[in-house]
Amino acid sequence: MNTATLRQTRRPKVNLAVIAPVVALVVLVLIGIAMNPNFLSFANVTNVLARSAFIGIIAIGMTFVITSGGLDLSVGSMAAFVAGLMILVMNLLTESMGGGLPVILIGIALALFAGLAAGFINGILITRAGIEAFILTLGTMGIYRSLVTWLADGGTLSLGYEMREMYRPVYYGGIMGISWPIIVFAALAILGEIVMRHTAFGRHCAAIGSNEKVARYSSVAVLRVRLMTYVMLGLLVGIAVVMYVPRLGSASATTGLLWELEAIAAVIIGGTLLKGGFGRVWGTVVGVLILSLIGNLLNLTDFVSPYLNGAIQGVVIILAVVLQRNTGTAR
Amino acid sequence: MRKTLIATTALIGMTAVPALSETIGISIPAATHGWAGALNYHAERTVERLSEANPDLEFVLTTTSDPGQQVSDLEDMVATRNIDALVVLPFESEPLTGPIQRIADSGVWVTVVDRGLTQEGIEDLYVAGDNDSFGRTAGEYFAETLDEGAKVVVMRGIASTVDNERVAGFESAIEGSGIEVLAMDHGNWNRDTAFNLMQDWLSRFPDIDAVWAADDDMAVGALAAIDQAGRTDEMFVVGGAGMKEMVDRIRNSDPTVPVNVTYPPAMISTAIEMTALGLTSGAPVSGEFIIASELITPENAENYYFEDSPY
Repeated sequence: MNTATLRQTRRPKVNLAVIAPVVALVVLVLIGIAMNPNFLSFANVTNVLARSAFIGIIAIGMTFVITSGGLDLSVGSMAAFVAGLMILVMNLLTESMGGGLPVILIGIALALFAGLAAGFINGILITRAGIEAFILTLGTMGIYRSLVTWLADGGTLSLGYEMREMYRPVYYGGIMGISWPIIVFAALAILGEIVMRHTAFGRHCAAIGSNEKVARYSSVAVLRVRLMTYVMLGLLVGIAVVMYVPRLGSASATTGLLWELEAIAAVIIGGTLLKGGFGRVWGTVVGVLILSLIGNLLNLTDFVSPYLNGAIQGVVIILAVVLQRNTGTAR
Repeated sequence: MRKTLIATTALIGMTAVPALSETIGISIPAATHGWAGALNYHAERTVERLSEANPDLEFVLTTTSDPGQQVSDLEDMVATRNIDALVVLPFESEPLTGPIQRIADSGVWVTVVDRGLTQEGIEDLYVAGDNDSFGRTAGEYFAETLDEGAKVVVMRGIASTVDNERVAGFESAIEGSGIEVLAMDHGNWNRDTAFNLMQDWLSRFPDIDAVWAADDDMAVGALAAIDQAGRTDEMFVVGGAGMKEMVDRIRNSDPTVPVNVTYPPAMISTAIEMTALGLTSGAPVSGEFIIASELITPENAENYYFEDSPY
């Protein structure tokens, strides 16, 4: 009798916790439908999904970093720097090679490599030199931001017209109206979910974040796994940049500003614990969509003064997390 | 007797030469964003031109990336280069008011550019852009070109005095014209924010006749979104500040980008030229010189296109 009532009261609580982000997302969608008939139009839905892709792709990597007890504040600046570097090199190559597909392929390869290298530098310094992730990535955040300002000479780096036209379809093109950023985001999300749930690597991340000592005694290669999470995040930043550059064909000192905080917020809204030990990639995807939808809804309506956009976002972030805290202790 | 006379004349001649030559110190912010980059470009160009035209003039040009460094630069200029005039764009008004006042008190001519000091009456000449006119010129173009009942959207910058003055000017210019402002929101002078904002407005409003983007970086983002939605023929976009790419499109009579409004970084040239004029000719140049924002049209676009400028 006693256990039966306990179970009855506990079960809906746990369910609510797991689906809290989904509930928030559904509520936002319903508000959107009520407020503007164009909300569900194909164009609006694809716009929101495509613009979510940059932060979404980064947030997938961030989920692994946070799950294993780490943090990376440098991703926004890193994205700006990689984008700047990519544009600069592509413009130089266009001069010497005369443009064409090879230049784009080299540009993409460079962006992926630069992201990977930047992630490796973060990871190696955190794991081998033993610097706090928060402080180290705060440092590299400043470094990458300055580097892109320096590369751009304070202005904006723009891809040459010819290359921009050729590279454009990577953001605007797609299969059956679904643009490439959406497809790549979806594919990476599924891949990320599989890695997190069904591989040793995913379980090692959670084990390290939960209790590093126990993980080490359980013969988990703690340093290698943590290094891998930063390298993976760097590579994903590179992929996000490959999708981002063809959109406007430019990068400046303001590119990727605050992306790191949006990515971290999305991860936490999605149910991953900030202190590590538990993470879920599908939750992160929902978190990213929630953040994008708030901005989208505020632009689609005159419901609140634009001065208060940030306040609305803040309230939704806090609410989404509060809904889950009930489970945090239960678990 | 004769020898001494020659020697004396020679001596007078020697001291007279440095007295004839005047030194102008110029202190401006480093190129940390597009507009400041163009400021540097125009300052260098003007110094080059004036040095050639006027061999008696000497220039000391420094660029700084923070107020503290600017103060040190100013002190160095006075101590080691003995400047006769100073042209300064204060990095921040508050911390530089004191140091500039001390320089002015020592008898150096002071020209302040764009950012005013917190105390009045320090500078001899004040040269600045006009934010109200920046908004009003765009608004007047809208009022003239658009029919009554036309629908427009307005993209504002980062919430600030500059932005408020610009929007107030725009609103007063379109008052009574029957133009309907569908929406007004902050694009934060940022391409990406402007792109997302414009995408959402395009979903929300089936009819938009014009966009005032209040800055060319935002205009770039708005244009990309309009292009993506395939609604380029439906509306025009007016940015501001005279970015090279925009002026080029106006020059080529692009119907989507018909005009632009200046907030010229070349105002530094005005300030240097006027200071030099006052020093060398004695023509009175003290007072305030407010540069109105001008409308760039396909007819005059050539005058606003600077091939080598970074902006």
